Amino acid sequence: MSEAIVSLRNVEKRYIRGKQSVDVLQGLSLDIPKGEFVALMGPSGSGKTTLLNLIGGLDTPTAGEITVAGQRLDHLSSGALARWRANHVGFVFQFYNLMPMLTAQRNVELPLLLTRLSASQRKSNAMAALTLVGIADRAKHKPSELSGGQAQRVAIARALVADPTLLVCDEPTGDLDRKSADDVLHLLQMLNRDHGKSVVMVTHDPKAAEFASRVLHMDKGALLEAGTALVQESV
Amino acid sequence: MKFFPLIWATLWRKKTRTIFTLLSVVIAFLLFGMLEIVDNAFSHPSTGVTGADKLITTNKYSLTLPLPLADVQQIRSVPGVAEVTWISWFGGYYQESKNFVFALPVDTDSYFNLHKGEFVVSDRQMQAYRNTRTGALVNSALMKKFGWKIGDKVPLHSTIWTKKDDGSLDWTFDIVGTIDVKDPTQASAQAYTFVFHYELFDEGRSFGKGQVAWFEERVGDPSQSGAISGRIDALFANSPNETKTQPANDFTLAFIKQYGDIGFVLRAILGAVFFALLFLTGNTMMQSVRERIPELAVLKTLGFGDGKVLMLVLAESLLLCMIAAVIGLALSYAALPIIKMGLQGVELSPTALIPGVGVAVLLALIVGAAPALRAMRLNIVDALADKR
Repeated sequence: MSEAIVSLRNVEKRYIRGKQSVDVLQGLSLDIPKGEFVALMGPSGSGKTTLLNLIGGLDTPTAGEITVAGQRLDHLSSGALARWRANHVGFVFQFYNLMPMLTAQRNVELPLLLTRLSASQRKSNAMAALTLVGIADRAKHKPSELSGGQAQRVAIARALVADPTLLVCDEPTGDLDRKSADDVLHLLQMLNRDHGKSVVMVTHDPKAAEFASRVLHMDKGALLEAGTALVQESV
Repeated sequence: MKFFPLIWATLWRKKTRTIFTLLSVVIAFLLFGMLEIVDNAFSHPSTGVTGADKLITTNKYSLTLPLPLADVQQIRSVPGVAEVTWISWFGGYYQESKNFVFALPVDTDSYFNLHKGEFVVSDRQMQAYRNTRTGALVNSALMKKFGWKIGDKVPLHSTIWTKKDDGSLDWTFDIVGTIDVKDPTQASAQAYTFVFHYELFDEGRSFGKGQVAWFEERVGDPSQSGAISGRIDALFANSPNETKTQPANDFTLAFIKQYGDIGFVLRAILGAVFFALLFLTGNTMMQSVRERIPELAVLKTLGFGDGKVLMLVLAESLLLCMIAAVIGLALSYAALPIIKMGLQGVELSPTALIPGVGVAVLLALIVGAAPALRAMRLNIVDALADKR
């Protein structure tokens, strides 16, 4: 059994909305081995995105332990979490979330602004990432000049450029046509298979989930049996 | 520096809005620059009188109240006073009131003795001046401005003094030479100087005979100026014409303040302009940040900490204000010749623009603070919730 890159123990997440308290995750435990491509599926409101946020260090749990890439996240301050994200996680969003005023290359360079790399090294690394995702020829184009599939490739290049151990993808194909979606999923699969990137992907699309090596189903803030069984198996 | 391309691109995200905001700030700083130059000119005037060894004695209660010429004998007797001269205010202009002329009726001997070595007047022209009762010595810049030349007979209109012979306010003089200052720092203050004989003036005026506007003294030891001032004023204490003796610089300031507290008026105008600007630019920055909440959230997601996001927004505000300030202040510097046309005889210095840079930084920090704090406190999950 390979080492777990993501390990959650009895994680709870509760949101307070006005006077109402909403329990989104309830005592969730999960292990994701290093190098795995996991798809998280489930109906809206099941807690997929909340779980993804916790794994990606965007949010902190109300209770429980989260360890990702060997780091306990539930104890980190927001500044420490930000530094940790910069070094360990790449994010891919449904709507790409590229900076509209920057070229593809400049967008990909953004995470490298937090490193000590020189301008030429940043550019060179950004171009390498764009080449890896097959879109180097669009480096000088702004997001508005790219198709959805191309924009998502740029977003994946941005997620990759700092060489993170984990890719966190929230509905990465949700805004794409089938062909583009398959291209992006093949790309994620290649990054997982050939480059050893661990991938956690939230999706509603069963076809997208087929690209993952494991599919976890969630409902009402908990992993369903199959997922739970896998967790127990891996613990 | 590595963040500059990001800040620059963000600034120009909405070009039209940025251009209009920039223009409004440019205009504010243009106004600031022009008013600051004027305020500085009035606050730190060139005296037109060189050296720390000069004192001016006026009526204690108002510059507009005259002093008897006879007082000169008593002032001359004060220990430490090396020379005394007397001057009246002619209040003259040429043809139109906008053509101000700094016309001074002076006593030739004492005036040029007191200012020995300060003026450039050729011996021949000085002799011609002494020999010509209606003669006048005129600054070269003034000659050039009005196209006058030596030998011209020029009329000056006095705003105060009627002539006793015909009751008119128009006095005619013969230009017999030029009078320029040796010290280039005084050139601007003396650019409108026109001196003529006090005797002609005193005999020709229909009222105020034997009276002067002020006395000017040169002291032997400038370190004793305070004591000498006290001695002069003590001479006339409790007399009908009590005096106030002060250093020449202070006198010039007091002279200017006859027009009111110019500094206060200018600062009030600037205050109103910048107050309006705070709302305008602050609102623009706030709107800009509001529109970019998902983008700022993405930056935070990528690992930009709260402090970095705060600094990015503040830097954007600083960049906007500094660009506008530099353009506005440069334009006001370019407008110096125009301002000089409207403020004759006042020394205008471009160094007055330096505080503008500080104002720009302050403005940037104030208008950028609220949006920067908002960006810093942004919750990533909430901000991304609307746009994943």
